[in-house]
Amino acid sequence: MSKLSRRRILRGMLNGSAVTVALPFLNCFLNENGTALASGAPIPQRFGTWSWGLGMSEAIFVPKKTGPNFDLPPEIASLAPIQKHINLFTNFHVFKDAAPNLCHHSGWVILRSGIAPMTSENRPGETIDVTVARKIGNETRFRSLSATATGDVRDSFSYENGNSVNAPEWSPLRFYERLFGTGFQDPNASEFKPDPRVMVRKSSLSTVLEETRALNKELGTEDRARLDQYFTGLRDLERRFDLQLTKPDPREACIVTDRPQDLPSGLDANLVAERHRMMTDLMLMAVACDQTRVFNMFYASAFSATTKPGYDKPHHTATHEEAVDEALQCQPNVSWYTRRAMEEWAYYVQALADFGEGDGSLLDNSLIYATTDQSFAKIHGIEGIPMFTAGRAGGKIRTGLHIDGGGSPGCRLGYTAMHLMGLDVPSWGDKSNNTSKEIGEILA
Amino acid sequence: MLSVASALLVLSACSGDSTPDEPENSASLLRVRLMTGQQYANTIAQVFGTDISNSVAPPLPPLNRTDGLLASGAAFVGVTSDQIQQIQQTAEAVAAKVVDEYHREFLISCKPASASEADTACAAEFLKETGRLLYRRDPGEAKVAELTEIAGTAADQTKDFYAGLALALETILISPEVLFIVDIAEPDPERPGEERLDAYSLASRLSFFLWNSAPDDELLRAAEIGELHDREGLDRTVTRMLASSRLEDGLRAFFDDMMAFDEFASLAKDPQVYPMVTGATLADAREQTLRTVIDHVITKDKDYRDLFTTRSTFMSMNLAALYGTPTTDGWVPYEFPEDGARSGLLTQVSFLAAHSHAVRSSPTRRGKAMRELFLCQKVPDPPPDVDFSALEDAGDVPTARERLQVHNTNPSCAGCHLITDPMGLSLENFDGAGGYRETENGVSLEISGELDGALYDSVAGLGEAMRNHPKLPYCLVNRMYAYGTGGPVSLRYDRALLDYFTERFAGQGYRVSDLLREITLSQAFSSVRPELLAEGTVANEIGTISSKLVDGQQ
Repeated sequence: MSKLSRRRILRGMLNGSAVTVALPFLNCFLNENGTALASGAPIPQRFGTWSWGLGMSEAIFVPKKTGPNFDLPPEIASLAPIQKHINLFTNFHVFKDAAPNLCHHSGWVILRSGIAPMTSENRPGETIDVTVARKIGNETRFRSLSATATGDVRDSFSYENGNSVNAPEWSPLRFYERLFGTGFQDPNASEFKPDPRVMVRKSSLSTVLEETRALNKELGTEDRARLDQYFTGLRDLERRFDLQLTKPDPREACIVTDRPQDLPSGLDANLVAERHRMMTDLMLMAVACDQTRVFNMFYASAFSATTKPGYDKPHHTATHEEAVDEALQCQPNVSWYTRRAMEEWAYYVQALADFGEGDGSLLDNSLIYATTDQSFAKIHGIEGIPMFTAGRAGGKIRTGLHIDGGGSPGCRLGYTAMHLMGLDVPSWGDKSNNTSKEIGEILA
Repeated sequence: MLSVASALLVLSACSGDSTPDEPENSASLLRVRLMTGQQYANTIAQVFGTDISNSVAPPLPPLNRTDGLLASGAAFVGVTSDQIQQIQQTAEAVAAKVVDEYHREFLISCKPASASEADTACAAEFLKETGRLLYRRDPGEAKVAELTEIAGTAADQTKDFYAGLALALETILISPEVLFIVDIAEPDPERPGEERLDAYSLASRLSFFLWNSAPDDELLRAAEIGELHDREGLDRTVTRMLASSRLEDGLRAFFDDMMAFDEFASLAKDPQVYPMVTGATLADAREQTLRTVIDHVITKDKDYRDLFTTRSTFMSMNLAALYGTPTTDGWVPYEFPEDGARSGLLTQVSFLAAHSHAVRSSPTRRGKAMRELFLCQKVPDPPPDVDFSALEDAGDVPTARERLQVHNTNPSCAGCHLITDPMGLSLENFDGAGGYRETENGVSLEISGELDGALYDSVAGLGEAMRNHPKLPYCLVNRMYAYGTGGPVSLRYDRALLDYFTERFAGQGYRVSDLLREITLSQAFSSVRPELLAEGTVANEIGTISSKLVDGQQ
């Protein structure tokens, strides 16, 4: 298969059609048993997150059967093509303890940071992607990347701390420029010439570090912490400069696509889906090109205001105002929104599976952690909040399973994920969310 | 102490009215603010030109709205590693443009002896001038020498004077002293034992407040020669700044923030329900209101409260269809008809559309916005365990008034909905996109209502009630003082001060220009409240905290 034809196929994917392609990983990129790149470097581990809004309709979402080959009730029927790549976790709880139940906030904050927030403005700690990125994000151009399908720069579940959000990429065009514009080093380019300017940039950082240190001495405690964070960021920048001076390993699946068109703003479900697919394609190409190993994709916000053409209630409003249809066992329009989210989850997982790497796919060498903000949004329920994973984390976990948590902490999944990503943490989560028990059923 | 304070008041009270004195010892906190995206763009535009500022996206993070203002969030926001990388990439892009063959001709005042070698004199000249504007203070000889050395080394390595200069400029553009607006205190010689902002910090505070940008050369010069700490000198400077065309940039930014117009960045309407409303319509709706406000408070210098009743505005082609009026190309002054339903900001499309759903109006959101944006009142969030079954069982009721009435059957809902809905329902003659309608689902709309004791039976009556609401001027004072001094007000320390400003504001006919003068010339604006200074003096080992951050224990 020539590069030209692969490029054409990928472009087809960018245009939104769900073409399933396996990109063969040429032997020259691999060692003989396919577990490492030709340079001897092991195939990297990746960690991704994905999020959707407003939970599920339990009766038609949670499979009756646990373990492998679980049934797919109507609300998740669209997951059939990717069932073998994912695990579904139900009947896991998040606990607010003494904290208030903050609508659409407590759920995601606990699953991403392990701590129940005290106010709706409060993000009490760093999120799991940031923790994982400290471990596995130091060898790529970007420590992590975040993108949203909502077109809203405020939509992020990635925080270094309560006051420091990793703002998402919200425009396909801007995202493309950031990834593949100035500063992109094609890992497959035959020539590599380190840029002398990068050397200068690196050495002149000492001036800025010194300024930061001097400025810091004059400040109060809270502001000092902000300057410390800036200092840490500059040190991180230093590392990225070093990487720019090193020849990158070739990446077979890395093929820079054409510049995308920007989309209008708006939250019509079709538009959100189109934006989600464009951002997903760009994000995953960045992963395939090894520009980052930690990546956050945001399909819908906690207060999801996605609209359904011709229906007068946005998703969040509908969860509260639409009556439950007893025959259908759900709020029909609310379920329509959740089904659209599941279709996008399926797209995302399939897109990862379509990138070949080693003997398998990019997905095989990734772990994706997918969460939402409520279980039953109508009453702001957080008990039994559903979660997914996708990918095999380099063969460390089994997939295709439905796990019943038996009411144990949902933070067990984040804890398991951190272990799989090589973090040596004794436990994760605050108070009742605290756990040191992995979800053993999924471990290979 | 008292005598100095009263001496100041004699000066500021020279208009002759008999309002109370500025509270003794009034002062503001030292702040460390991150530049906002717009402030970054304005600063780059001011120093290097708009073509360069327009070619890059400001690399700064979105802010948390804090006590009603995004700008106040800048006093608390941190910069993640991810963002520092973006700041660096933007610095690269800006610096490359500044030294390119076209821009170097007018942005770099000297010529190097050879374009392929280092030139210490020329590099130092450029870096001293530009550094002063970007650091917003004299960078000092040592800093200039250090930057010049970077430029020299880089020129040697790249065999290009301009590439070297660009690398030194990048170093400035990623400096925390540039990106953070750091207030620095010094002892106040006129009030022993007290502290004031140093002249450069005061220049930045004035400039980001009134112009939403860094100080210009003249303002920095005023700081350098001590003018800003001289009563008459400060008065001269403020007069100049208020007369500048850049005041419009400053006030646009303030009102855009206060009215939460950041919402427009992602606002959209369902095209099936509102086919006339596109992204361009909504962008123009925001612009229309900003033009109305600027025209009212700067050009015409009118009573701020009249913004809620005025029929004067501006019209564009994109808006004309929604307002149902003919117009010509471009922005033209426009009067809403005397017999029409529209008068005041609350009836403009910006307010009506921003505080609605994509597919329908929302009296609750509109009422909440009126209280929170213009009266500085906080409406509580809905309770988590709210039971919506009554609402579902209400069946197909034609209007919002009936839909919302069912909330009143639930006591936990009724409390808050009574705070928001009566005023919001008075705007039901305007649909979710701000278009006028006589009826909803064929039923005529009842729009009488009450705002904190003021009864009315028309939309114009709602505007009057807002105009005359006692909290309206106080709220503007609160937001403007917070915005000017770079962080939320303290109800413990600032209450008397805000009352004082509000009385002065009233005494001067509620003119925003007078309020800006009062705030910028007040003792509070340039004096430092000491709390944070005391605890900030303990030296800290930066490495320890940094390593904690790395280990994820932050």
